[in-house]
Amino acid sequence: MKTIATGNKAVAEAVKQAQPTVIAAYPITPQTQIIEQIAEYVASGKLKSRFIPVESEHSAMAACIGASVTGVRTFTATSSQGLLYMHEMTNWAAGARLPIVMANVNRAISPGWNIWAEHTDSMQERDTGWLQVYAGSVQEAYDATLMAFRIAEHEDVLLPVMVNLDGFALSHISQPLDPVEIGDFLPPMFLPHAIDTQNPAGYGVLTGPDDYFKFRWDIERSMRDSVKVIESVQEDYARRFGRCYGFTEDYCCDDANVVVISMGTLGKEAEVAIDMLRSEGIRAGSLRLRWLRPFPEINLEGREIVVIDRAYSFGFGGILATSIRSRIKRDLYSVIAGLGGQEVTYEDIADFIRQRRIGEECWFGVNDHA
Amino acid sequence: MDIPSEEYLLKCSSSCAGCSDSLTLRYVLKAAGPDTVLIVPACCTSVIQGMYPQTAFNVPVYNIAFGAAAACASGMSNALRALGRKTSVIVYAGDGGTLDIGIQALSGAFERGTDFLYICYDNEAYGNTGMQRSGATPLGARTTTTPSGKMDVKKDIDAIVAAHSPPYMATACPAYPRDLFQKVRKALMFRGPSFLHVLAPCPPGWRFSPEKSVELGKLAVKSCMWVLYEREHGKLSLSSPSRTAMKKPIPLEEYLAPQGRFEGINAETLEALKQNIAESIKRLTAEEAGG
Ligand SMILES: Cc1ncc(C[n+]2csc(CCOP(=O)(O)OP(=O)(O)O)c2C)c(N)n1
Ligand code: SF4
Repeated sequence: MKTIATGNKAVAEAVKQAQPTVIAAYPITPQTQIIEQIAEYVASGKLKSRFIPVESEHSAMAACIGASVTGVRTFTATSSQGLLYMHEMTNWAAGARLPIVMANVNRAISPGWNIWAEHTDSMQERDTGWLQVYAGSVQEAYDATLMAFRIAEHEDVLLPVMVNLDGFALSHISQPLDPVEIGDFLPPMFLPHAIDTQNPAGYGVLTGPDDYFKFRWDIERSMRDSVKVIESVQEDYARRFGRCYGFTEDYCCDDANVVVISMGTLGKEAEVAIDMLRSEGIRAGSLRLRWLRPFPEINLEGREIVVIDRAYSFGFGGILATSIRSRIKRDLYSVIAGLGGQEVTYEDIADFIRQRRIGEECWFGVNDHA
Repeated sequence: MDIPSEEYLLKCSSSCAGCSDSLTLRYVLKAAGPDTVLIVPACCTSVIQGMYPQTAFNVPVYNIAFGAAAACASGMSNALRALGRKTSVIVYAGDGGTLDIGIQALSGAFERGTDFLYICYDNEAYGNTGMQRSGATPLGARTTTTPSGKMDVKKDIDAIVAAHSPPYMATACPAYPRDLFQKVRKALMFRGPSFLHVLAPCPPGWRFSPEKSVELGKLAVKSCMWVLYEREHGKLSLSSPSRTAMKKPIPLEEYLAPQGRFEGINAETLEALKQNIAESIKRLTAEEAGG
């Protein structure tokens, strides 16, 4: 039944339907509502999970790891400082091949304290072995969370999945939500290396260079295999529930001369900018990156590219711009915008496209388009 | 109660000669039996376990990051109970992983009433990284980061754990294996969190010769530098070796002399150590008597 929900509520609703056996989490703005809602579902018996209100994010992920290795479905949620505090354990979860699902509500990193949207928190988790998807709407946050469990737990993946949604811009705004009847969309979880006292083994023991190297390669191989799994899960989702998702969301790209690439809610804002530019006769398109890991194939032969980055690698460049440049093997216009929740309207985005200077980098509001 | 002949610590383990950490583990696993999962943070035990693809432990061992053991146990214990299993979940951590970096997770898991046994084997330093001081290093002991002797007293982890009111907690030492064995058995009978703090004399760390590990453990108890007791639902009872020792402790020098780490300890520090012992005897006897 169609309702109105915030991004946070939508995630909690998806978790309720996925029925993890164990949920461990620690509050942080703007994620807090997710775990409050889950705690409420558990308290009222709507969700039969064990909810562990841990004392820190480091412990939240450690508890998920301990639970997941017994072969049960697990979930947690965090944001910003919490994700950073968890970093040792996020690496552990991936290295231990545990299909934990986590929602991360993207938020800037301190100092100064800033609770608004930015992608630098999850971007710093790029190299941990987590799959990462970024939602552009409340509906998508819900759908992505449900699909995340099936993808993470697939035998060809067995890696953790992070579902990202922009702080406040998505976590706290209300949009229509059309929940699904999941039926058998999520099969029971099966973990081939689940702890078994009948068959004792050492998990994560000291490992010499050659074996360690093979384990790392296994992670990469699964990352590559996850492409097919994501495709098939997204296709199955479309077949069952009528909503189609790809690795990217393309908007008017086919005949475009110039394409703006972005993530999360800015990607949705960009679509409005494209409509405006098109009405002025400018052939622009938008490509919203949904999956960051595994990184999608991007085919934009012959178009000029503008990348909007809501994250930055100091001393180097916009993280998304850097990734795209290395894939398309040519130069682009890199705009750094929206850090710490800086307001970026569709008109601003239209300006980025109009005033593009390929080969340059611009910090919006600081040295250009001000 | 007979100690079973089954061995869960296999012969390929790679500990130092005379290691009381492995000796402790041997009795712990005999007491716990095969339906047990060990959770081991970074420490000597993760080395003793051996190298992939081998393992020296005949129960599943889940290795985890240094500060995360108790939280991992919370997740595992909750999951296993949700699956209807009675499997014993035992954290087996060093003093560094317990008193220092792991204390936040420990406190959280105890406060939440996690059903598990937390064992801290205490070799009074960071063994794994080559004997740096830990919160458990006693006053006056030399380590690689306290080359002229530690200036701070040993952190009282037992008082900290006791403040969480677990149903059962105890101290032990593998020099008294039957006592250790019985305490593990007992701890595992309680639902909720239990705690065992085990003094584990460490030949390279304490600088004594490896055949003397058991003797050192006995001297620690006889000098009352280490007191054996248990606390059941808050009620303290001294274990018999300590009850006897407290009546007439041997001179502290007899415990310190065989150990290189106390070499050259000054008179003032020695006096402070002796005073700490006298105070702890007074406090514990008064508490047992209900004072
Ligand atoms: C976050 C982190 N910091 C530091 C280390 C390095 N480290 C590994 S084990 C260890 C000391 C362990 O000491 P303790 O817990 O007393 O156990 P023992 O080695 O004495 O058995 C240290 C410092 C680590 N693994 N992780
Ligand atoms: S350093 Fe000490 S505790 Fe560590 S293995 Fe050697 S003897 Fe055992």
